[in-house]
Amino acid sequence: MKVVLHIWRQTKRSTEQDHKQDGRMVRYELADVSPDMSFLEMLDVLNEHLIGRGEEPVAFDHDCREGICGSCGVVIDGVPHGPERGTTTCQLHMRSFQDGAEIWIEPWRAAAFPVVRDLVVDRSAFDRIVQAGAYISVNTGAPQDANAIPVPKADADRAFDAATCIGCGACVAACKNASAMLFVGAKVSHFAHLPQGRVERERRARNLVAAMDAEGFGNCTNQYECEAVCPKEIPVRVIAEMNREYLRAKVIEQPAGGKQIGGHG
Amino acid sequence: MTWLFDFWRSSIGGKVTMAVTGLLLFGFVVAHLLGNLQLFAGPERLNAYAKMLADSGALLWVARIGLLVVFVVHVVTAIRLSRANKSARPVAYQHEDTVQATFASRSMVFSGLSLLAFVVYHLLHFTFGVTNPEHFARKGVGAGGHDVYAMVTTSFAVPAIAIAYAAFQIVLFLHLRHGIQSLAQTLGLNHGRLTPLIGKLSVLLAALIAGGNLLLALSVQLGVVKVAS
Ligand code: HEM
Ligand code: FES
Repeated sequence: MKVVLHIWRQTKRSTEQDHKQDGRMVRYELADVSPDMSFLEMLDVLNEHLIGRGEEPVAFDHDCREGICGSCGVVIDGVPHGPERGTTTCQLHMRSFQDGAEIWIEPWRAAAFPVVRDLVVDRSAFDRIVQAGAYISVNTGAPQDANAIPVPKADADRAFDAATCIGCGACVAACKNASAMLFVGAKVSHFAHLPQGRVERERRARNLVAAMDAEGFGNCTNQYECEAVCPKEIPVRVIAEMNREYLRAKVIEQPAGGKQIGGHG
Repeated sequence: MTWLFDFWRSSIGGKVTMAVTGLLLFGFVVAHLLGNLQLFAGPERLNAYAKMLADSGALLWVARIGLLVVFVVHVVTAIRLSRANKSARPVAYQHEDTVQATFASRSMVFSGLSLLAFVVYHLLHFTFGVTNPEHFARKGVGAGGHDVYAMVTTSFAVPAIAIAYAAFQIVLFLHLRHGIQSLAQTLGLNHGRLTPLIGKLSVLLAALIAGGNLLLALSVQLGVVKVAS
């Protein structure tokens, strides 16, 4: 099959002052595409041609190519990871497109995800959020017996729904406001349903939201595009849970250094 | 106080502020409609209601100032959040698309700003009597000694005014159709069985409110309500 590609090409890293740099859409025609190719294989074929012609290949992120690492991800015709629900870009196949299709390929667009080159963005903002508290503080050592702390099945399932997040950033890319609330909600929900996570729940909710805000992500307006493009189909329920956890944490927050009235801090 | 300000400035604090003030404004819009539906019960009833409100003295002022504060907080927070959202996506997509976002949800800033413009006009029209002083000045038994029934009916007898009021109900519908279910989610209410129901309820309530106001605006044009002589 034949496709016409419009791809964002950018050679210099985006900065606070200049988010666009020399970036622009470039048109490519590709004639030797098999419907059985994955989307990334199609880009590999394009790059073979570009290298053959002595041009710079298109830079894009990828690693496992089996939908589990979260490295890949481009916006295809305005939808992160393309037209198939619950599918990463690497698991998308060219049979999802019509012969002769024009396909628009752009990087994730967010101030918090500067473009490094072409379709590659820097997602270390997510790492910094995780470092702010998306973990439980326990000393490592000999593992505990798996069933030492019983967890009801329903709670385990809900925690697992959130734990399937691969941190690809499609939620941010899809959101009109470039909000990271599905990602952060998933981290909050993941731990909020488990007894091990509940010990630090207030600190976690406060620190994760503060870290998210500091990175310059936008604010959710409940349009639910994130849920629609998430390759792991994480539900927006996790955002409501994060809102609850954050509200609860703020309400019972003690003034810093202040004395508590009545009772023992 | 700094606690409250810090909370307001956080992303979720800002959203919660929108939700709580939005809920209060929603409550006001419901009460406002229920009160004004007395237009259909005739001049005595509507003017008695207006007089009752005007005679509530301090209580009326507490309600007015409270409402003004809620409204200003809603608008100021909306502006803060929308500006932050804009700078969070400095480069727009060349090719945009959505999967499941509703039109109403995408146009909240537009519908909100239109409502702001409408509220200003509405107050100038019926509360301060600036835009149509000849309708406002009718003497009668209503609020401040003027005839509310006459004011409303002579105004809505003017096609341009009736159409303007009617048109703004579409905007109000859009704002509430997204807003009601959005505030439930923001306040943490998301539940497998309830959420789809709240979505439907959101459309129904928004339609009832906009429809009720629409009926009031068009009542004179439709000949359901007679213009005060
Ligand atoms: C009749 C007056 C109004 C009513 C009844 C009303 C009601 C609501 C409600 C119920 C919400 C949902 C809160 C949430 O998302 O959690 C909302 C959100 C919002 N309102 Fe209003 N509002 C009014 C006036 C305005 C005005 C004058 C503006 C002008 C700027 C405005 C701008 C917004 C914005 C930007 C949002 C957030 C949208 C979103 O989250 O997608 N509203 N409003
Ligand atoms: S390359 Fe690992 S998820 Fe796509």
